[in-house]
Amino acid sequence: MATLALPRRGPFASTIVRHLTVAVVGGLVLLLLTSSVNAYRDFQIANVGYYVVAVAGLTVLTGLNGQISLGHGALMMVGAYTAALILDRDNPPPLVVVLVLCVVVTAVVGAIVGAAAARLRGPYLAGATLAFAVGLPGLTSHYAGTFGGDNGLSVFTSPPPASLGVDFPSERWQAWITLAAALVTLVLLANLASSRVGRSFRAVRDDEVSAELAGIHVARTQVLAFVVSAACAGLAGGLLAVVSGQATPGAFSVALSLAILAGAVLGGLGSLAGAVYGAVALVALPAISSNASERFDFGTDVKSNMPLLVYGALLVIVMLVAPQGLQGGVRRLAGLLRGRSPAQPARNESVTEVSVTEPEG
Amino acid sequence: MTSRSTKARLQLIAAGAALALAAACGGSSGGGGGDDKASAPGVTATTVTIGSHQPLTGPAAPGYSEIAPAAEAMFKYINESGGIHGRSIEYKYKDDGYNPANTVDVVKQLVLQDKVFAIFNGLGTPTHSKVTDYLNQARVPDLFVASGARLWDDPKKHPYTFGWQPDYLIEGKVLGKYIKDNLAGKKVGYLYQNDDFGKDGIAGLDSQLDAAQVVDKQPYETSQLSQPTGIAPQLSSLKAKGAEVVVSFSIPAATAVALLTNAKIGYKPQMVVSNVGSDPTTLTGLLGTFSKGAVGAALLNGIVTDRYLPAPSDTADPWITLFKKIHDKYIPSLPFDGNVEYGMAAAYTFAQALNAAGENPTRQSLVDAVEKGGFKGPGFTPFRFSEDSHAGYTGMLITTLDGKGGSTKLGDAFVTTNDPSAAIEPAPADAQGKPGDDAFLKP
Repeated sequence: MATLALPRRGPFASTIVRHLTVAVVGGLVLLLLTSSVNAYRDFQIANVGYYVVAVAGLTVLTGLNGQISLGHGALMMVGAYTAALILDRDNPPPLVVVLVLCVVVTAVVGAIVGAAAARLRGPYLAGATLAFAVGLPGLTSHYAGTFGGDNGLSVFTSPPPASLGVDFPSERWQAWITLAAALVTLVLLANLASSRVGRSFRAVRDDEVSAELAGIHVARTQVLAFVVSAACAGLAGGLLAVVSGQATPGAFSVALSLAILAGAVLGGLGSLAGAVYGAVALVALPAISSNASERFDFGTDVKSNMPLLVYGALLVIVMLVAPQGLQGGVRRLAGLLRGRSPAQPARNESVTEVSVTEPEG
Repeated sequence: MTSRSTKARLQLIAAGAALALAAACGGSSGGGGGDDKASAPGVTATTVTIGSHQPLTGPAAPGYSEIAPAAEAMFKYINESGGIHGRSIEYKYKDDGYNPANTVDVVKQLVLQDKVFAIFNGLGTPTHSKVTDYLNQARVPDLFVASGARLWDDPKKHPYTFGWQPDYLIEGKVLGKYIKDNLAGKKVGYLYQNDDFGKDGIAGLDSQLDAAQVVDKQPYETSQLSQPTGIAPQLSSLKAKGAEVVVSFSIPAATAVALLTNAKIGYKPQMVVSNVGSDPTTLTGLLGTFSKGAVGAALLNGIVTDRYLPAPSDTADPWITLFKKIHDKYIPSLPFDGNVEYGMAAAYTFAQALNAAGENPTRQSLVDAVEKGGFKGPGFTPFRFSEDSHAGYTGMLITTLDGKGGSTKLGDAFVTTNDPSAAIEPAPADAQGKPGDDAFLKP
């Protein structure tokens, strides 16, 4: 294999050190970026941040463990309402504590859903998680006293710390919050994916019977994958509540679940880098297409549905041109530039291959 | 020796760079304006740019998606005869699909990137309530919210936010008074949407009606409307309790389902329907669709409802004549109904406020102009704008539908406030203005 990257020698022999180095470099780049754009771009970047968390969580579940979920929007809703209800109290704890609680509460819900999901396969699993996504928003009008019904809850978002100055845009502060959360999530998930647990996820995905013979508890592994994924969705939901200042059932429709899955597929299933591309696309595509449709003077009906059309068409095109998603396309391009045949896409990476290239250490 | 995972890490860096590029490429617009003290954001020598969030797609789009194009048509008409103080009004409305998360996004885009002067007529309670804090923090005028919730009338907390249409509590009070005065002794039942809309409405009714006269109160959920049983359980209960009058605080789809259910179970109460759920054009269309053409407008005959604007079918009214002219010129493909009238009337009030804000309007002078009030337009009642009140129209008059798409007035308009104990009084006779009162709007 090519040697373009950080050498696996010296301090970089440790997986954690390598991941952290990348995260710190990425963090510095993002710090420069967020400080050089206008407030609305910062707001968009803040949106990308929580989408990265959600899509990365789903890409681990679907790409690494082979379970599909159409219910991640509902899991985000659990996180968002957790944040909203805690922040509504008189003396709310610091934001970090609130976000950790979002993760914990959603992970518990994820464990329950995951236990049911572990018994289901393919379309039945998709159907069950879809039912979860459709049903959960209904609870808010049933317990309208607590959850505020269709109007939902407003979330008071604390202003940036005074030490940053009076004129510091709150959008930039929010971007920092979600990007920090996204980097932490990516580091943790990258470590998990290259650990024994990550390998057992892939083993179960590739062949449940062989995994069982190799001593892996299949059902437990599937539930664990669901819990990890739900925890990410919960964090993403909590961040969404903080960034957009609200938790409402309308924000967590089935469309959100489908958008997250589309983001994971678009970026490349199973790839954390792909999750970043997917999240960028989820924010950028609707914005670009709605701007474009405003430039041309179509009728009102066409104009208002244009973003959906462009979105759908792009998904189809990407799937035709780069079936492994954007990350697959990048990989293939990198292979061509180096003058060799395209590298194997990550999702086909088999258990044996991984154990050869990444010896237990 | 490196491995795939190292490469994955490189690609992660590449992804970060891609993010940076994507943001940087789009990041050039905005920021230009500067802080010229003489003008305000969104105001140039020749234009005033305002923005809005509207449900152009999604569950609330049918009917409501006509409002913004109608408002834009009114602005175009005013612009063509010279605009306001020589400036034309540019109206940028963006689709939020009635999804509050999108509302926050499009409103931030309008304020931070498009640098609009004000937000106008943002539609919906669950949606708009998530941006009022932000708009007031950013000191952006938030005029004439398209919702009858009481939330917009809170000048201390939200000094930049103003309502426009009468709120549902006022409506409940006026309908309650009509029942008390004209249907005394009849057993009354309520059918209401189980949210702020319905609950404010029945709070107004309860302030007028004797508790003993009300025999049943039935809430419904909007999700029931798409199910096979619909709202039949609620209407069966009202029938069983012997309600002779059913007051319905319902959206048009729920009104249509209720009318069809009544026909099916042989229940013939006097229906009293709130303004938002009684537009004859919308209801006729829905009845036809739901019954696959079996019934139509005839089912609406005798329904009692209320209006604060002239009926679109009232062609003798000079406002309706003007609105129809603007409709035919700019938006002929849309039906001429209550939604179109609503958009044009709200746009006209905005033009009046901008006109009153002076030759070189600032955000503060616009808010001051609305608080000063005194606008007269197509509405039957005055506005209640003042320093202490950011509520809009103060009342309505009662009408009855004729089953042919038209309606008949039952007496003159009443005004009151959104305090349940406040008195209900006849509206001043000169509350309604005439097209042409303002030089910028030529009839």
